Amino acid sequence: MSVLTYTQEEMMAVEAARRLRDGTVCFVGIGLPSLAANLARATHAPGCVLIYESGTIGAKPTSPPLSIGDGELAETADAVVSVPEMFAYWLQGGRIDVGFLGAAQIDRHGNLNSTVIGAYDRPQVRLPGAGGAPEVARHAREVFVMLRQSTRTFVERLDFLTSAGDRVKVVVTDLGILEPRDGELTLTHVHAGVDVEQVREATGWELRAGDELTTTEPPTDAELDALRRLKG
Amino acid sequence: MAEIVSLADAVSELVHDGDSVALEGFTHLIPHAAGHELIRQRRRELALIRMTPDVIYDQLIGAGCARRLTFSWGGNPGVGSLHRFRDALENGWPRPLELVEHSHAGMAAAYAAGAANLPFGLLRGYAGTDLVGRTEVATVRCPFTGEELAAVPAHRPDVGIVHAQQADRRGNVQLWGIAGVQKETVLASARSIVTVEEIVEELEPRPGAVVLPSWVVGAVCLAPGGAHPSYAHGYYERDNEFYRRWDEISRDRDRFTAWLDENVFATVGAA
Repeated sequence: MSVLTYTQEEMMAVEAARRLRDGTVCFVGIGLPSLAANLARATHAPGCVLIYESGTIGAKPTSPPLSIGDGELAETADAVVSVPEMFAYWLQGGRIDVGFLGAAQIDRHGNLNSTVIGAYDRPQVRLPGAGGAPEVARHAREVFVMLRQSTRTFVERLDFLTSAGDRVKVVVTDLGILEPRDGELTLTHVHAGVDVEQVREATGWELRAGDELTTTEPPTDAELDALRRLKG
Repeated sequence: MAEIVSLADAVSELVHDGDSVALEGFTHLIPHAAGHELIRQRRRELALIRMTPDVIYDQLIGAGCARRLTFSWGGNPGVGSLHRFRDALENGWPRPLELVEHSHAGMAAAYAAGAANLPFGLLRGYAGTDLVGRTEVATVRCPFTGEELAAVPAHRPDVGIVHAQQADRRGNVQLWGIAGVQKETVLASARSIVTVEEIVEELEPRPGAVVLPSWVVGAVCLAPGGAHPSYAHGYYERDNEFYRRWDEISRDRDRFTAWLDENVFATVGAA
């Protein structure tokens, strides 16, 4: 077995970044999505527009923010708008090309749970809740989901449907890439060193593999350099 | 006209047990000092409202101030769970907490409706999610197109509390940077308290700033550092380390209680 020179997380960020075009308007959260969108901006898509739900439009952070409201986002933004304006004019107004979402659970239709594990009234784990996700899922033209793949997360049945999966375009995981085919998330890529069985075992439903199943192009040196510079 | 008073006096006069109280500040200018004063004065049975209950609401909930929470995202941003919030929901400690749960877009629409003196906020949302059965939302039909839209009841808090960078001596308030939903909160609320970093002779106009004229504000209180560990644009940075440390402090009931004793009850609020 060959030793990879990059982490699974780096693979995820690189793969999500590749799918953003120059000029794409992205609604991003903290963590991997923010890293991916900033990587796109630092490499092939310098005109990629980053919107954080705190109201910063066109933010250009030099390092990954811990919070969506970090001061650097406001200082580097083209415009800072109020939260009601952000959700009404910009998100519901249809100005977002790609919305990034994560979740605690996803089902085969791309529906997401970020509310609760267990029963709502007697939670096993109370999660943070909806935040901006339901409307991102509904109003962004395309939704990118970034998640680590396991049977705990990729489930047959959600404990709670927080955000609808209709607009999910791609799910980037640490093992591969899932895309909707005939209304069901289907494995279209496995990352280098991962086999299909491994992905199936990490999925709580009978995962279909697409006819076009291929191996993801590993990160290039240029992509890794840019990513590591961003992470600092 | 806003009165310039101490935070202790403002809370004592304007916030009563059982009130609905909204402390807002979206990642920035979070009114921590005011939240601590609510804890210090042992307010009880509050119906708390906040889009993003984070560390300060974890403290209020853990201190037993709240009977209900209306919110859209409860977490420690960039760190993880709120342990006091979870303990209240999962184990009813120190008391059970009733939830009214929305999305951000729904909360924002509810505040904007409150500020505009409308009975409900309107948005495309909620349909097709399990939030519908768990929150205050209804469907209304557009009288012109027939489209079905979501309606959320307006937020009309008894008290709205926000933090700003500056006020002048007449009680006019100015805040800038990420402005969140603070203007709507103050305008939607029956009474309001604004804590500020500084009281200046004259407010200097700033592009993009939110200005709240003295006559829409109830009380202005000087509370330098009052947003810590969140930040005040132009004054101090976010204390990311504190948010990380809160994860440990809040995990354990005893450690949390000791923290509260030392950092809230044993301290006197801003003058």
